[in-house]
Amino acid sequence: MATQTAAVGGRAWLGRWRAENESELDEWRRGVYRFRQSTLSIVGLAAILFLIVVSITGPYWVPYPEDGTGTVHPAERFKAPDGGHLFGTDEVGRDVFTRVVLATQTSFKAGIIILVVAISIGVPLGSIAGYFGGRVNEIIMRATDIMLTVPGIFLALSITAALGPSVLNAMLALSITWWPGYARLVQAQVLSARENDYVQAARSMGASHRRIIFKHILPNIISSIIVKASLDVGFAILNLAALGFIGVGAQPPLPEWGAMIASGRRVLPQYWWYSTFPGLAMFLTVFGFNMLGDGLRDVFDPRSRR
Amino acid sequence: MQLRYYIVRRLLLFIPVLFGLSIITFTVSHIVPGDPVGLAAGPGATPQEIEQLQHDYGTDKPLPEQYLTYMSNLLHGDMGRSMTSRHKVLDDLASFFPATLELVLVSMVLAIAVGIPLGMVSAVYRDRWPDQFSRIFALSSISFPRFWLAIVLQLIFAMTLGWMPVGGRFDVRQTLPRTVTGLLLVDSLLAGSLTDFLTAAKHIIMPAICQSLTVIAFTTRLLRSDVLETLQKDFVRMARSSGIPERVILFKYVLKNSMIATISTLGFLFGFALGGTVLIESVFDWPGIGLYALKSAVTLDFQPIMGITLFVGLLFSIVNLATDVVYGMVDPRIRYG
Repeated sequence: MATQTAAVGGRAWLGRWRAENESELDEWRRGVYRFRQSTLSIVGLAAILFLIVVSITGPYWVPYPEDGTGTVHPAERFKAPDGGHLFGTDEVGRDVFTRVVLATQTSFKAGIIILVVAISIGVPLGSIAGYFGGRVNEIIMRATDIMLTVPGIFLALSITAALGPSVLNAMLALSITWWPGYARLVQAQVLSARENDYVQAARSMGASHRRIIFKHILPNIISSIIVKASLDVGFAILNLAALGFIGVGAQPPLPEWGAMIASGRRVLPQYWWYSTFPGLAMFLTVFGFNMLGDGLRDVFDPRSRR
Repeated sequence: MQLRYYIVRRLLLFIPVLFGLSIITFTVSHIVPGDPVGLAAGPGATPQEIEQLQHDYGTDKPLPEQYLTYMSNLLHGDMGRSMTSRHKVLDDLASFFPATLELVLVSMVLAIAVGIPLGMVSAVYRDRWPDQFSRIFALSSISFPRFWLAIVLQLIFAMTLGWMPVGGRFDVRQTLPRTVTGLLLVDSLLAGSLTDFLTAAKHIIMPAICQSLTVIAFTTRLLRSDVLETLQKDFVRMARSSGIPERVILFKYVLKNSMIATISTLGFLFGFALGGTVLIESVFDWPGIGLYALKSAVTLDFQPIMGITLFVGLLFSIVNLATDVVYGMVDPRIRYG
């Protein structure tokens, strides 16, 4: 990204930028090399890119765009998969393929928003706790502990149920239960990064706390945040679907994988396709993110590879 | 002596944690825009009935007062009543918990029985096909939506092949073995009935497999990296150069040392399995805490929700403490701090 911005500024500028950041660029090149060494990571990246393209362009090429809404085609109920309906049709005659494709967007958007919210709560709290220590640390980390005492789904379940079932509330509930993981990760890392010589040096030169945290500490721990986030997007999508499945997440007629699996389950075993295909789409998505995350971990933390 | 102080200190820490948890859950269950009392009273309720119900449950009082009442009752061992079933929450928890415990225990035993050998194999055959296989297996089993896998298993083994029951904990036509532990697998054996044991086993196997897959994946990957680390240690090289057979090195020295790190994650894995019960129990109609939580949440029945959250929080804290203590016992190098 930064390379492109620099290119606009002119060749000379780019050259200087390159020279100044030689070591960092080298690090990146090595990282890309390591990433490419691992077949699984490439497959994961490909799957994710493919799904992102599907989620963005899907609404323009699905065979039955109107089936994303509450339309009803009584004559087409529960048709088995064939050329006209690749994944069959559902209880009101809507095309399951269309709905599975449209649901990709719901899930990706939700997964990313959940993580953005969780990271923007967890990372600042964790850095403040780890950097300042003392009583601030105590308060923040105890609050984090409390949130982590109960498996997230129990809290998310009661939050969504209380706020009223909807995708938005499910996203909110998951963000609320997700930030403590980041707070804990960042706190531990900041705690150790704080003792580094370069931080002491910056401090002795009179750098402000904010500058030290943002310019000196966070860039050094960003890789572990990226790795966790790439693995977590998949899990966030999974949990959102789980909430949809038990009825407190997405509500019909919004196309969403979890809710579709739940409706399909009611008509098993005759109409097996209805809940099978949304599940496969979900598996592909989560598998992709997991492989990608696994690969990124190898890149950023070569020790973990062993 | 040191261990006792450590345990007492950790137990004391439970108090602020559970107190905080009660505040969070209370707030969450009272930001309700819906009308739980109206929901519990049913559509045909007269205003008087609703008022009576509100009075019974104290929901006509201001929130802080309600919280104080709840907490003082709790300290007297009263967790309130469910609005829909009118059962005491404590009794409900006592009757649903054994089912969940049995499911979680069986799935963890499965996970350890599969995860440890698989982790060993993939460390020993590092980067060769058994390792690649176990990596793909682990990655895909954490990627499967557990509730979907549960449905697929039901579709294949229960609905199509008819080998397994679709759900439930026991056959409705058979009488349950006398309750001793509440764990059907144990109770049926205590009663000396092999048929009952097999029935219970048949019912638990599919939910337990769905539950355990994620845990298997974590155990496998963790053990793999621990074994690989241990294999680099000097004592292994020493043992090898002394001509000790590789089999003895692996199982006697390496596995023992690597298991320690795996044990330290058991608490986390237990929590993970416990979280999964909400979904698995709902698919298999397994009468446990997860299903109870789900039903209570959907009907906005806040006393059970509070009770379940506090109970699960307490349980998880105890398991974590137990893990840390056991960890210190098997590895004397650990100091309690």
